[in-house]
Amino acid sequence: MLIRPKAGILDPQGEAVMRALPALGFEGVSDVHVGRLVELTVDDAGQIEPMCEKLLANPLVEDYEIVLAGD
Amino acid sequence: MKFGVLRFPGTCDEVDALLAARRVGDAELLWHGERDLRGADAIVVPGGFSYGDYLRAGAIARFSPVMESVIAFAREGGLVLGICNGFQVLCEARLLPGALLPNANLRFTFRQVALEVAEGETAFTNACEDARLSIPAKHSWGRYYADEQTLATMRANAQVVLCYAPGENFNGSVQDIAGVRNERGNVFGLMPHPEHAVDELTGSADGLCIFASMRLAVEGAHLGTGAHV
Repeated sequence: MLIRPKAGILDPQGEAVMRALPALGFEGVSDVHVGRLVELTVDDAGQIEPMCEKLLANPLVEDYEIVLAGD
Repeated sequence: MKFGVLRFPGTCDEVDALLAARRVGDAELLWHGERDLRGADAIVVPGGFSYGDYLRAGAIARFSPVMESVIAFAREGGLVLGICNGFQVLCEARLLPGALLPNANLRFTFRQVALEVAEGETAFTNACEDARLSIPAKHSWGRYYADEQTLATMRANAQVVLCYAPGENFNGSVQDIAGVRNERGNVFGLMPHPEHAVDELTGSADGLCIFASMRLAVEGAHLGTGAHV
């Protein structure tokens, strides 16, 4: 699961990283956001969305994306 | 009048909360693994780092056995106060609207803050004589956020109880919000720590009125006046 701050909500971590990159010589960087990655093995992939809704993400302030990696 | 003060692994402000509550009534600690609230008339969810703040502050604590009882207690109209991490737990439990996000300055910040009492006729502020309180705040995840529609509903229902005074909003909270209550008015959460400001010896006793208000509300309810609960 990739969990990100919802668009439009201030993301001070992303902004701090965006300010740091040009200082290291990386130009042309914009829209930096810092989120979380949760990896897990699960028997029933149908459980992942309710897991995100109930615990892994806070849907009021975070968006999540489910990436399945075969078996 | 008895307060029940929760203690999770990682809680650190439960003793100050207990001692503050004892200045206005009886109080005892309730361990996170227990479901029995031991006849408490009001619950305090104190500050700290419950379950290590893993995942998100309050995210795991909100599913603890004691919280199941607290959620049921709140739904029956019982008074629940959440301070700092306790506020985060109550938001995660959806007993309060909105969420707490990392401070805009990305730093753990500890300072005395001036607060304005936006709603003085609540179960948590009815004994506050001054419209301005000086209380310490110390946190890194204190930026209150709710979307515009939620904020409009909260304003219409007088749910914004405490605000940072002008120039005091160090964490970047939306609309300078420092403390909110639920629509029914029996659950209240704030980021600053009233339990650390109950004696002039430590610089301010302004926090005591929050606990005194709860006592007044509980005793009013027992007398059948239903005062502000």
